[in-house]
Amino acid sequence: MQSTTVQHGKPVTSDRELLERFEAIRGCRHHFPLLRQRVNGKPLVYFDNAATSQKPQVVIDATLRYYEEENSNIHRGVHYLSERATQAYEGVRVKVQHLLNAAHQREIIFVRGTTEGINLVAYSYGRSSVGAGDEVLISGMEHHSNIVPWQILCAEKGAKLRVIPINDRGEIELGEYEKLLTPRTKIVALVHVSNALGTINPVKTMVAMAHAHGIPVLLDGAQAVPHMNVDVRELECDFYTFSAHKAFGPTGVGVLYGVTKLLDAMPPYQAGGDMIKSVTFEKTIYNDLPYKFEAGTPNIGGGIGMGAAIDYINEIDLASVAAFEHELLDYATRGAEEIPGLKIIGTAREKAAVLSFVIDGIHPHDIGTILDDEGIAIRTGHHCAQPVMQRFGVPATARASFAFYNTKEEIDVFLAALLRVREVLA
Amino acid sequence: MSALRELYQQVILDHNRNPKNFREMADATGKIEGYNPLCGDHYTVFVRLEGDRIADISFTGAGCAISKASASVMSSVLRGKTREEAELVFREFQGLVTGTQASAEEIERLGKLAAFAGVSEFPARVKCASLPWHTLHAALNGNSKPITTE
Repeated sequence: MQSTTVQHGKPVTSDRELLERFEAIRGCRHHFPLLRQRVNGKPLVYFDNAATSQKPQVVIDATLRYYEEENSNIHRGVHYLSERATQAYEGVRVKVQHLLNAAHQREIIFVRGTTEGINLVAYSYGRSSVGAGDEVLISGMEHHSNIVPWQILCAEKGAKLRVIPINDRGEIELGEYEKLLTPRTKIVALVHVSNALGTINPVKTMVAMAHAHGIPVLLDGAQAVPHMNVDVRELECDFYTFSAHKAFGPTGVGVLYGVTKLLDAMPPYQAGGDMIKSVTFEKTIYNDLPYKFEAGTPNIGGGIGMGAAIDYINEIDLASVAAFEHELLDYATRGAEEIPGLKIIGTAREKAAVLSFVIDGIHPHDIGTILDDEGIAIRTGHHCAQPVMQRFGVPATARASFAFYNTKEEIDVFLAALLRVREVLA
Repeated sequence: MSALRELYQQVILDHNRNPKNFREMADATGKIEGYNPLCGDHYTVFVRLEGDRIADISFTGAGCAISKASASVMSSVLRGKTREEAELVFREFQGLVTGTQASAEEIERLGKLAAFAGVSEFPARVKCASLPWHTLHAALNGNSKPITTE
């Protein structure tokens, strides 16, 4: 085996060490109880990880334990349980701070997920900083959640949404990007890893390019955090957002990271309890960061589950996970290229473990149904990225997305099923 | 495999490969787009009414095997029927694919359309089978705005 370099994580030094880590990763599959089930009489092959990941037992247990032993509202009770729940919940903020290597706890804002993280920035930062004639810059491979909030903002303000083109491999055209950075550009919002194509964007370079023009950058990290080490201070991004549920945690909770300087200057996003210092009918004084952006009782149980998920991914070591998943992707890609009529959509040189494809003359929906019959879960459709589908001239794709608990044996089952698709439809 | 074979019956596979009435219609009295935003199925259904009778139906567009076969079978089954007769078949077909219509007689009466009975075992695919029908239904009712399954 050749030694593998991991671009987005700690470098793995020796082949032997890597093999040992891979062996340890293979041993993690049994932590995920859901993966033991059979679907349509066949062992489940779960290849829809870009939609949501499965949850390890420790996350399920932590959530259950919270409701069994700690459930109480936070930040307001003097009683024992409230204190305990508050400590547990705030403890998660510290875990997230360390996961992202953020400078301060106050820069970690709990949200419902990536979508709310982006909406918060578009609403709060956007409405106070973007005016008529200004521009918001996104890329041609964004998820709808990183398009529509900016469209709404631009329509409201008379601003313009500009789009960085992508090439036939599904990579951002950096030369075009540079040209689109102008004095009118007020924010750049970019996906770190594309859910539809798997492309890992050169976000550190792109942040630096925007900063050279004094433009802040938001990164959508929904597909990055579960698969690689993310260091917001190394990336120097201004905002970073992700969802717990794609990173082995529960649904309905996620994180927005923002640098203090920008967050401090931003008006609140939603108003209510917890985000205030004092309220009279004449005047309200807003709370400090991060609470200014956390109105109302949050998803406490979900937050506790997210904390357990972070502990879990710290233990499995994301740098090895990235290398391991890359092997899965290579294996699946080589196999898929042998399938007659199959075309891979998204062939970026830097790619996460997403295999999007179409098969000549066969609609992705039919592929999805036939694979499901074999117990294989893939996503079919436009992946909430219709402009990407338009760019590649396809109405939809089939997408297999891998996590570290997947195996080469599962990929073999998947490839055999792909060969059967044409038989079934013949 | 059996449920899958029930879904992809030979009638459906044949109509998918060689759809009937897969063409535009210059003298259509009604024309409407049907779109499933979830999977990207996109059809235009053309209809020519002579009085109350469907003189011709055709369609263009692209989508999965189920939706294409459904449009094809629909176009051949409904030609020559009155609007009222077509509405009845529409309702029976809906019952068939959603699994709410079980009587053997009713299924028998649906003839070629009975091939779509297997769809009811695949809830995610019901919309595929219904899309062309909802589109035609809207066209017969004088709508012209595109319809979607969502």
